[in-house]
Amino acid sequence: MNARSNLAEVPVPVDVCHVSDLLPGIGVCALARGQQVAIFRLRDGAIHAVGNHDPFSAANVISRGLTGDLKGRKVVASPIYKQHFDLATGQCLEAPEVALPVYGVQVEGDRVFVLA
Amino acid sequence: MSSKSRIVVVGNGMVGHKFLEALAARPGHEAFEVVVLCEEPRPAYDRVYLSAYFSGKTAADLSLVQGDFFNEKNMALRLNTKAVAIDKAAKTVTTAAGETIGYDKLVLATGSYPFVPPVPGHDREHCLVYRTIEDLEAIKAGAAASKVGVVVGGGLLGLEAAKALRDLGLETHVVEFAPRLMAVQLDDGGAAVLRRKIEALGVKVHTGKNTKEIVTGETHRHVMNFACGDRLETDLILFSAGIRPRDELGRQAGLEMGARGGIVVNNACLTSDPDIYAIGEVALWSGRIYGLVAPGYQMANVVADHLTASAATEFAGADMSTKLKLMGVDVGSIGDAQGATPGAQSYYYIDEPNEIYKKIVVSADGKTLLGAVLVGDVEAYGTLLQFMLNKMELPAHPDALILPARDGSASAGIGADALPLTAQICSCNNVSKADICSAIDAGAMEIGDLKTATKAATSCGGCSALVGQILKCELQKRGVEVKKDLCEHFPYSRQEMFHLVKVGRIRSFEEMLEKHGRGDGCDICKPTTASILASTWNDYILKNEHAGLQDTNDYFLANMQKDGTYSVVPRMPGGEVTPEGLIAVGQVAKKYNLYTKITGGQRVDLFGARVDQLPAIWSELIAAGFESGHAYGKSLRTVKSCVGSTWCRYGVQDSVGMAIHLEKRYRGIRSPHKLKMGVSGCTRECAEAQGKDVGVIATEKGWNLYVCGNGGMKPRHAELLAGDLDDATLLRYIDRFLMFYIRTADRLQRTSVWRDNMEGGLDYLKDVVVNDSLGIGAELEADLQHLVDTYQCEWKSTVEDPEKLKRFRHFVNSDKTDDNVVFVPERGQVRPATSAEKQGRIGTVAV
Ligand code: SRM
Ligand SMILES: Cc1cc2nc3c(=O)[nH]c(=O)nc-3n(C[C@H](O)[C@H](O)[C@H](O)COP(=O)(O)OP(=O)(O)OC[C@H]3O[C@@H](n4cnc5c(N)ncnc54)[C@H](O)[C@@H]3O)c2cc1C
Ligand code: SF4
Ligand code: FES
Repeated sequence: MNARSNLAEVPVPVDVCHVSDLLPGIGVCALARGQQVAIFRLRDGAIHAVGNHDPFSAANVISRGLTGDLKGRKVVASPIYKQHFDLATGQCLEAPEVALPVYGVQVEGDRVFVLA
Repeated sequence: MSSKSRIVVVGNGMVGHKFLEALAARPGHEAFEVVVLCEEPRPAYDRVYLSAYFSGKTAADLSLVQGDFFNEKNMALRLNTKAVAIDKAAKTVTTAAGETIGYDKLVLATGSYPFVPPVPGHDREHCLVYRTIEDLEAIKAGAAASKVGVVVGGGLLGLEAAKALRDLGLETHVVEFAPRLMAVQLDDGGAAVLRRKIEALGVKVHTGKNTKEIVTGETHRHVMNFACGDRLETDLILFSAGIRPRDELGRQAGLEMGARGGIVVNNACLTSDPDIYAIGEVALWSGRIYGLVAPGYQMANVVADHLTASAATEFAGADMSTKLKLMGVDVGSIGDAQGATPGAQSYYYIDEPNEIYKKIVVSADGKTLLGAVLVGDVEAYGTLLQFMLNKMELPAHPDALILPARDGSASAGIGADALPLTAQICSCNNVSKADICSAIDAGAMEIGDLKTATKAATSCGGCSALVGQILKCELQKRGVEVKKDLCEHFPYSRQEMFHLVKVGRIRSFEEMLEKHGRGDGCDICKPTTASILASTWNDYILKNEHAGLQDTNDYFLANMQKDGTYSVVPRMPGGEVTPEGLIAVGQVAKKYNLYTKITGGQRVDLFGARVDQLPAIWSELIAAGFESGHAYGKSLRTVKSCVGSTWCRYGVQDSVGMAIHLEKRYRGIRSPHKLKMGVSGCTRECAEAQGKDVGVIATEKGWNLYVCGNGGMKPRHAELLAGDLDDATLLRYIDRFLMFYIRTADRLQRTSVWRDNMEGGLDYLKDVVVNDSLGIGAELEADLQHLVDTYQCEWKSTVEDPEKLKRFRHFVNSDKTDDNVVFVPERGQVRPATSAEKQGRIGTVAV
């Protein structure tokens, strides 16, 4: 699913890092076609990418949040005011009307690509 | 003005105020307009805890008025307004200023005044009493100009006053007319033990002394001449020889009075006039005045019921049993303490080496308890009181109730379960076991909620252990599992998690999750587990398996600010810093364009560092001799110090040296919440140590140790844990205290809240830390020593490890920096730009 429906451009895969740059549970931020993307590898190996901009603090910090699951949803918590965002949909659990953009992720060999 | 009927209340003391609260809580109170006349310059305060004023509580701390009570409840409070006359026929009250106020109902709650025996010289300068905050101010001032103080009266209040004088540094004497101390509550044996204990504390006791006159002394301000010919020189005299009801209004108005004073009331607390009530210490019920607050509160409730026709309650007398701590000596007195009931028989237990005296008085048939005296050990108080109040049948060997438990055998007692529903649990607030049970049924599952719902344990606190037991036992009976789950991933409290880690020798979050949890974890259980692992094993917190558990502050070893930049706080132990150190910090700040500020914790904070700048900044600070200040961690922040004996003319110990020692010893240790300490060089307390988790104040002989203070959202004064300690004992107690806190506190629970929730309170904490009652002292010390021995500066370890340094960059795939971090100049430094400024990009500073 792609939450950036207002972007006319068709996203293209951008090579951002090596799989080993992603330690389980520790996010990184990548610059992909001018956009800041927060990328996380979870315990189960799945890789998720969402916007790095925290809508509540207006700071680019989402990649520095802690990941986990809440009632079955994989989430990241903003490091500033601690709201949780669903990594699959971008939706904020505390304020469902707010969402982060979600980016597609592809792994080819040991490289990670973000659809940006 | 209004068609409401008007209640005028004379006196806003403890009981008068309880009446206002009771009224406001009853349906139907809206029908009344309430006017309160208060002679004192401030509304009701807690007289029972008055002495705390000397140990630092302020008038505001002691206030009994909740929030904006008078406005919210629409009650008119007139401070500094004394009522001088009542006109029963016209139904008016006249104030000292000459104002006349009409009433429909009048409530007299004028309390009592301290009785001063009319001996010649009683009104000399520095002859004082102990009843109001103003009295205490006069005593403080008087003590400053005195060396010796005498308290006249060896009753409950007199001994409390004596403690106050002793704490103010005076050589203290107690002069009592009767042949023993606390003549009303104790028997000869108990009084003798109490006397020995009090004398051991340096207070001289003179019993059987009748003061004939007070005249000018030779070596001191006064001399007291006694009828027996003895004399005693002193600078200050405090009369505490009993109370007399302030019944002058009743007398003037022609109400029915007792032969020896007091306004006569019936079971509804009505006086001889059907529109005038009297409650509290001014009321004479069934020939007696109750000089305690609990019976007064019951009267207040009765009148509130009566006026609003809420219930037909009646005042039916009150139990005068008391339990208290006098100068650190536990004393309890229950019912017929003297054994005056015909046929009564007594059991005694006397332990001379430990100065413990216990006696119970039982009925002629040996079936019921009539009374008890306890000195030095009052553990049995709650149990004995319930036996007496509920006329419960005694066990076959009643003496078991006062014999010490030996060889692990459980001490004889009654479980909270055995108490009947009618049992009164909190006498101050008249809360029965039934009240507590219904509050639990209504959803009060925690002690705090229960206190709010029932008011039990909110006054003298004597019942709090019992309230806690009932809660536990009732919850068990209802099959309620007392839920303390950390989060959805771990069905355990933090304390249980700690135990699992330690006992199971668990080393990582993954292992913990596998063995005891479910799911992936979250931003609650990850940092909590990380903190527990650190408190137990003290691994480097950025080890790969721990790094993903840390909040961003711990992960980047810096505090994230609102714009995503970080602050840098180098440790400056005790607030001491060399000129070279300051220059180095200044140079770093200048080089990286960091906003520089002195913190509230006696050190320097550098703000506005980008994540990629942190390693370079820290390399330079480390080269200049600095270490991580752990401003980011749930760990020791600062040990605030005053300059102490090295420079200060008043200092009695080297407070800076001790602060530095403490800060270096405890730095880096991870705890349930942050920790702050303070060390002052003398009693003037310039380091504000009593506002810290651990406060140390120098004395002539060593150090006084205070614990569980807090500034912040809900300030709390620290409490004295132990006094006059040498350096080694001080450290030993702090070690034990910290480790006990680390083991047992909840997540993000400061020591103050931990202490407030502790069953058994300060006494229990003292028992564990000072008396090692759990026998874990050595283990706590060893665990803490392990943390001290394995300390490493996290920043030093980080800058030495190239792998770790890779994480300190904004983009994984670019060396660019975050263009959203924008500063503007202000007062010669930088600050984050507002979003408007960012959009305009005017006057911003490149970073
Ligand atoms: C920098 C400083 C303010 C200053 O400019 O002076 C400060 C700054 C912060 N304080 Fe504080 N506090 C600072 C001294 C204090 C003090 C004064 C003291 O320590 O004597 C207090 C009251 C004393 C106390 O803690 O009992 C204080 C009570 C708090 C509280 C309330 C704690 C409480 O128990 O109620 C918080 C919130 C919390 O911890 O949950 C807090 C939280 C914070 C946080 C961590 C809030 C946050 O998450 O961003 C601030 C970030 C620190 C940073 O970025 O470096 N800060 N804070 C002070 C740093 C002292 C130091 O050198 O380490
Ligand atoms: C140091 C100390 C320690 C104590 N410890 C304990 C304890 O541990 N346990 C316990 O149960 N009890 C204790 N007491 C007793 C307890 O404080 C009293 O029982 C309680 O305060 C009585 O409440 P009250 O409202 O009747 O009187 P007070 O609290 O004295 O209030 C009466 C108020 O009425 C005002 N007033 C009087 N006349 C007038 C007038 N004409 N016009 C306007 N206002 C007037 C007075 O100024 C006063 O403010 C202690 C008392 C003291 C002094
Ligand atoms: S607390 Fe005492 S020693 Fe310390 S600065 Fe103040 S007066 Fe001096
Ligand atoms: S008995 Fe005093 S608070 Fe409960």
